[in-house]
Amino acid sequence: MTYLSIRDLSVRLKGGPSLLRRVSLDVEPGEVRGLVGESGAGKSMIGKAVLGILPPSVEITGGQILLDGTDLLTLPPKDRRRRIGASCALIPQDPLTALNPSHRIGPQITDRLVDILGWTRADAEARAKALLAEVQIPDPDRVLRAYPHELSGGMRQRILIASAFAAEPKLIVADEPTTALDVTVQKQILKLIAGMQARHGTALLFVTHDLGVVSKVCQYLSVLYAGMVVEDATVVDFFAAPRHAYSAALLAATPKYTDPAAGLNPVPDAVIDAVRAEVAAFDRGSA
Amino acid sequence: MYEYLDQDEDRQVHADGPPSAEATGRAVIRLLATRLLTTLVTLAGVAVIVFFVIRVVPGNPIAMMLPPGATDEDIARLSALYGLDKPMVTQFGIWVAGVLQGDFGTSITTRQPVLDLVLGRLPATLELAIMALVLAVILGGTAALIGTRFRGGRREGAIDVANGMALSVPDFLWGLVLILLFGVLWPIFHISGRVTPSLDLPFTTDFYLFESLLRLRFDLWADIVAHMFMPALALAIPLAAIIGQLLKQSLKETMNLDYVTLARTKGYGETRVILREALRNAALPTLTLVGVQFTFLIGGTVIIERLFSYEGLGNMAIDAVINRDLPLIQGIVLLFALIFTGVNLIVDLLYAVLNPRLRHA
Repeated sequence: MTYLSIRDLSVRLKGGPSLLRRVSLDVEPGEVRGLVGESGAGKSMIGKAVLGILPPSVEITGGQILLDGTDLLTLPPKDRRRRIGASCALIPQDPLTALNPSHRIGPQITDRLVDILGWTRADAEARAKALLAEVQIPDPDRVLRAYPHELSGGMRQRILIASAFAAEPKLIVADEPTTALDVTVQKQILKLIAGMQARHGTALLFVTHDLGVVSKVCQYLSVLYAGMVVEDATVVDFFAAPRHAYSAALLAATPKYTDPAAGLNPVPDAVIDAVRAEVAAFDRGSA
Repeated sequence: MYEYLDQDEDRQVHADGPPSAEATGRAVIRLLATRLLTTLVTLAGVAVIVFFVIRVVPGNPIAMMLPPGATDEDIARLSALYGLDKPMVTQFGIWVAGVLQGDFGTSITTRQPVLDLVLGRLPATLELAIMALVLAVILGGTAALIGTRFRGGRREGAIDVANGMALSVPDFLWGLVLILLFGVLWPIFHISGRVTPSLDLPFTTDFYLFESLLRLRFDLWADIVAHMFMPALALAIPLAAIIGQLLKQSLKETMNLDYVTLARTKGYGETRVILREALRNAALPTLTLVGVQFTFLIGGTVIIERLFSYEGLGNMAIDAVINRDLPLIQGIVLLFALIFTGVNLIVDLLYAVLNPRLRHA
């Protein structure tokens, strides 16, 4: 059975336009699936729906989110929260705002272990120390006692990664985890996430707008446009021959640093018009 | 597949550990030293202003003391006795010299040392103000937490309406409403005084509320609370509304921040997320405002103490002004100024304690 299976998930702004249009995708433990698309395509929305953190202005109008065979959307809120907390985790986008400024680092890693999974404090602290060592943070004892403002952005992202892996989750959603970081740190962090994912055998949903990152980290990808999956493929197939015109244009639009003379190739208007027509046809069909 | 990730990077990451306790101690001492200096300057300014203003406004304390028909000679003799015949600047010099030695002069009406009078009444007012503050924090905090927990719903609307009402009615009017409700219609509280006069008080200090607790005399404590509760509540209601409104606003904003969202994914429920993740961060802006508002609250004790015949500084201040008791007015105003600066200092220190980002600044 697939670990995470999203079936026909539809989400819309309350009383407003659709944000996700019958999205379906699967992720298995040990696999990395990239979610790509331009801003507003709904790639982050999928991760938020899975983790139960959709903003209150948004509602799920249909579909299923099957986690290990159980539809999260049919569970009572408390059970859903606990289940997500015990088996899923988030690596957030901006490490500077994702740690609570008035708590020390230690409790921010161990809280879930102690409160949700019932570990003893000593076990949780030992686990936190081991994780900080695994994400290559020197002097874990000192960092655990530090406040977030005493640490650099790269350090904080490492801490958030360690924290995400703390409960040995089956599924992690990484929401553009390197976008807010300095380019020199981005590569280290990507490598760290990929390495941890491989070692722990986690299923990883990797939200990004960077196809270059997808080609390095993911095995599968879903290309989104206006909340619709326009292409679902393995990374190898996709980079060899994208099937959908929009994803092909997206791939062509990726700047090639090895060939500066090639210039930039924005997605052609004709392709945009075609994919918009597809979305409109979808909306007519489902209405 | 990971080729460009494989080029090993310089993996030097820095852990700037927390500064030493010694550095923190030094920062606190520096804060205290600057505050002491500014407090002295403030008090000097207040002393000058109060001294000259109450002598410039019409009204003569000597005239208040003598029966009608006193001769000019009598007036001159009494004026000389209190040093009021000397030039104003000389009087000021004498007063300041005395204050610096701890002598705040003698009350004209009671002929007792001003310092004794003022210090005798200070505990009553401090207890009233602190009880009002505690009530305001409890009421306002509860309203903010409930409003945040049920934001967007009918309960938040009800809390907003109650806040608006509490804010738009001034404290002395709340005092009258409370007297009507709990003193007249349903008389469960005392409407005047600080303690039932027939009770035998074994206290050595004037902090009746605290001392009765320390001595485990809960019978006396209950009597004192029954006297204080209404004036304290009247002072607390407007402040509670301000706390409720500001804290709720700030909590709601905090609830949308990334670290709160991250905590939700860990499996925590709404209430726990509000209390553990949001409250402390949201309380910081409220705290500064509460400090400012608390000084207004102390100002409000003047009228509220009068209304409830509560024997505190404020009540004494009104008597002193009516009787033109110049030394006593000066003493009370200086003490109020000292309380205000003290409250501000406490707020700043608390802010540093609650906000780790400022602790080492």
